Amino acid sequence: MDYSYTILILLLPMLSFIVLGLAGMRMQHKVAGAIGTAVLGIVAVLSYATAYFYFGNGRSADGTYEKLMPYNFEWLPFTSNLHIDLGILLDPISVMMLIVISTVSLMVHIYSFGYMKGEKGFQRYYAFLSLFTFSMLGLVVATNIFQMYIFWELVGVSSYLLIGFYYTKPEAVAASKKAFIVTRFADLGFLIGILIYGYYAGTFTFEPETQMLIAAGGMMPWALGLMFVGGAGKSAMFPLHIWLPDAMEGPTPVSALIHAATMVVAGVYLVARMFPIFIAYAPEVLHWIAYLGVLTAFYAAAVACVQTDIKRVLAFSTISQIAFMVVALGVCIGADTHEGLGYMAGMFHLFTHAMFKALLFLGAGAIIHAVHSNEMSAMGGLRKYMPITHITFLIACLAIAGIPPFSGFFSKDEILAACFQFSPVVGWMMSIIAGMTAFYMFRLYYGIFWGKENKELHAHHTPHEAPLSMSFPLMFLAAVTCVSGFIPFGHFVSSNGQAYDIHLNAQVAITSVCIAIVAIVLATFMYMKEQQPVADKLAATFKTLHRAAYRRFYMDEIWMFVTKKIIFRCISTPLAWFDRHAVDQFFNFTAWSANASADEVRGMQSGKIQSYCIWFLIGALAFTVMLLLV
Amino acid sequence: MNYSQFLDMTPEVSLIVLILIVFFYDLFTEGKERRGFHTLTCILLGIHTVLNIFPGQDRELFGGMYQAYAMTDIVKTILSIGTLLVFLQAKNWLRRDDTRHKEGEFYILTLCTLLGMNFMMSAGNFLMFFIGLELASIPMACLAAFDKYKHESAEAGAKYIMNAMFSTGLMLYGISFIYGTVGTLYFNDIPTALEGTPMQILAMVFFFAGLGFKISLVPFHLWTADTYQGAPTAVTSYLSVISKGAAAFTLMVILTKVFAPMVENWQLLLYVVIVITITLANLFALKQDNLKRFMAFSSISQAGYIMLAVISGNAQGMTSLVFYVLVYIAANLGAFGVINVIEQKAGKIEMNDYNGLYQSNPKLSFLLTLALFSLAGIPPFAGFFSKFFIFAAAFSEGFYLLVFIALVNTIISLYYYLRIVKAMYIIPNDKPIAYFSSDCSTKISLAICTAGILALGIISAVYDGLNLYAFGM
Repeated sequence: MDYSYTILILLLPMLSFIVLGLAGMRMQHKVAGAIGTAVLGIVAVLSYATAYFYFGNGRSADGTYEKLMPYNFEWLPFTSNLHIDLGILLDPISVMMLIVISTVSLMVHIYSFGYMKGEKGFQRYYAFLSLFTFSMLGLVVATNIFQMYIFWELVGVSSYLLIGFYYTKPEAVAASKKAFIVTRFADLGFLIGILIYGYYAGTFTFEPETQMLIAAGGMMPWALGLMFVGGAGKSAMFPLHIWLPDAMEGPTPVSALIHAATMVVAGVYLVARMFPIFIAYAPEVLHWIAYLGVLTAFYAAAVACVQTDIKRVLAFSTISQIAFMVVALGVCIGADTHEGLGYMAGMFHLFTHAMFKALLFLGAGAIIHAVHSNEMSAMGGLRKYMPITHITFLIACLAIAGIPPFSGFFSKDEILAACFQFSPVVGWMMSIIAGMTAFYMFRLYYGIFWGKENKELHAHHTPHEAPLSMSFPLMFLAAVTCVSGFIPFGHFVSSNGQAYDIHLNAQVAITSVCIAIVAIVLATFMYMKEQQPVADKLAATFKTLHRAAYRRFYMDEIWMFVTKKIIFRCISTPLAWFDRHAVDQFFNFTAWSANASADEVRGMQSGKIQSYCIWFLIGALAFTVMLLLV
Repeated sequence: MNYSQFLDMTPEVSLIVLILIVFFYDLFTEGKERRGFHTLTCILLGIHTVLNIFPGQDRELFGGMYQAYAMTDIVKTILSIGTLLVFLQAKNWLRRDDTRHKEGEFYILTLCTLLGMNFMMSAGNFLMFFIGLELASIPMACLAAFDKYKHESAEAGAKYIMNAMFSTGLMLYGISFIYGTVGTLYFNDIPTALEGTPMQILAMVFFFAGLGFKISLVPFHLWTADTYQGAPTAVTSYLSVISKGAAAFTLMVILTKVFAPMVENWQLLLYVVIVITITLANLFALKQDNLKRFMAFSSISQAGYIMLAVISGNAQGMTSLVFYVLVYIAANLGAFGVINVIEQKAGKIEMNDYNGLYQSNPKLSFLLTLALFSLAGIPPFAGFFSKFFIFAAAFSEGFYLLVFIALVNTIISLYYYLRIVKAMYIIPNDKPIAYFSSDCSTKISLAICTAGILALGIISAVYDGLNLYAFGM
């Protein structure tokens, strides 16, 4: 099979970005949007074809899917082994990511037609979407860690551009800066990790020679750990998660694409990509990552329970769910299919989560579009006005809560099984967090679609169902959410590439479903009615805790304190003083002395030939004397 | 005597033919027929350049009187390209009413100096060298005084010829010492007999002073500012690059070939000369307001940098010297091209006149900025690479402190080059020099210079190609 057409998957979005970026302002909105969407349609078809042929072609002799590199262009050679390449790598996880990215991106492109209609900068928006899609696709098909880094940064830039899309709004500008600085700060770790890796492994590819890795000894865990710091930044792991909730200032479809489905899983993808090296040479780092994931999942779920801005709830839910994937990868104890169950589970959850979380965000977008507010207080009772949004949103909520037969159930169940296999403590912790997930999602669901209707607001503006361009993606993604759980995912992706049959672990499945149902019932009891006495009373009783959770346990304040009070005041201010008074003054002095001596020597240039000749002779004689004496 | 040896002197022979054609054309045409004179000369010079573009074999003719290496041929080609650029830029000036009737003189005098430089560079005997040097010097005085009814131009010519006489006398005196102590003037025979006695040291310093005058190294540079300021701008640009490049190359060849036994002496001499040249020239350049005078000091300081290549005395030094001269031609003639065209079209030459030039003539300002950046050695322009190679050459021979001093001086030079850029872009001016469009030949020359500034450093084949032919001690 010839995969050389896969280059188009990268080139087309780039081309679309260039065309829309350069000529977009001269186009009508519809034309620009149509170009972007059509290109994405082609990319999606090509991605599906790639997946079809790749998985359809069957396995090679050792029972794994072959790793293919249709392109690998040697770009910057350093030594015979160490060179930076640019190319396309096809293996099970990259092909799976191609499907995820192109599907969600296509849906977002279609959805944005309705959502962004009439916005100023519509063409710019589509240009940025194309840029993002290009970067993200380039990231997942990278043939080596350095190419991944290059596209990683491109993804960061396009995310920055899209968060700050409404650049006249100060909050959006602040949020885009925050996202860029935090992730960039984390990427410093990534870069150092890459350099250590390149130095000790002698290559930037994902498959270094074994003896080099053994020789590297204690340095490989450092390299991988530092790489994960970059991944933690992009994937919003605690304590680097602070940028993600603020990133909700961007247009909602962007949140769906970037901050729910694709970019934020880059860190998970990175760990999965390096998984063979992680598990063989740095399993302890992997387990620490799992503990960090548990902490993040719990923290984010707790915060999500009390937020009132619906996009923030979804943002914290995203952080929590990505932490699930990270935990899944971290609890792997070996490379074979059984010990590496978490690898398969994490990738599976990445796949299902991308679909239902995109659905949730797009649904939230439809609601915001209808009521012109992000706050839950402005909503309530919307099920009558927006039936399609209501049903699809409910499906997504059931999926994320882990209710069969929706997709989230299957993937989450595998994660929990993997956790129990690693340690029962982690397993129970994650089960409880899964219950919290069900609780806050249904709190959100009831708050939006049930509960008290905001009559005051509806008086002059009745909410209405979204147009077809927006409801079609919702229905499509809902359909995917309903069926994707039944994909025999282990046949496509597993830790060592061998086929793996997913068995439902009855004990784990029943426990998790029970916990989820209890949580949903609790949420129904507390939030379904117009009056919510229990919830209000709880909030009043645990006032401090409630406020702390609402303020995200003051993580932003802590960061601000560390940067502004400690770093700025104790390090930057003295340095600035030194710079101004010592460094600058030194150069001022140099400039002054140069000027002053220039005035002094001017007399030599008198304009008289006689004196010129005397200088000439004196010079020649002085040199002679100097040479004779030395 | 074997007269077929003349045929091995292709650069000189074709240059002589070129001079004769121009001479007879000048003699036998008049009125409207002369309209194509400039184009014809440029084309002929172009043909001369192309004919000699491939370096010949290393060769020794006329019993050792004439010695040419492949590198010499390359330098000759580079210098004739530079001369062609000067001719292209001179068109405006030559077409003025007061110079029109002596257009031919300008070409013949300039080409004669070029011929003199060619002979000087491929001399194999001090007498031959001396004749070449004088052939390059005396017509140069005529050129400096070309606008003879202008007070400054006449002064420039007078100062040049007086100083040249003095330096020639001193150098001849030095050469006579060499003859007296060694008994020969052939380059091939001198080194074996050279011992570094005090008299030979005196001879070497006097010889060095003679070439130092041409290259304008401190303290033999004092004529430079007055002559550069007074001479017509085309002549100034010719003086600042072609004459300097030829003399620097000759100096390196003679020091490494003839004075090889005295290497420690001349390295020390150069060390001191480089330090005072670069520093003093920079200090002077800080305070100049007249652009031609400013360029004079800039060119003195650049000459100091070129000497960094000479001091290394090795093949790497020679490559970097030739490369430096090549890049310097592009950058300096780029700058002079802009200065020249502004002087001709607007009659302005002071730095203050350039205030706000960007508003009225953005393209010229941009080209001048590129040229100045290259002169200052800012990457990615060619000047950065040429400076880098020069430093690398000096570094390879262990002159660490010297390289450091030169580096510090590049910072000072950045200041004064940026003064012009600041004047053009930042200082506001209600009445900047009005917009004008340059003539075609200026445009061509500026385009070539800009291409050189942008491409020479990036295309590594240039440096590698030069490196094939380099030789040292």
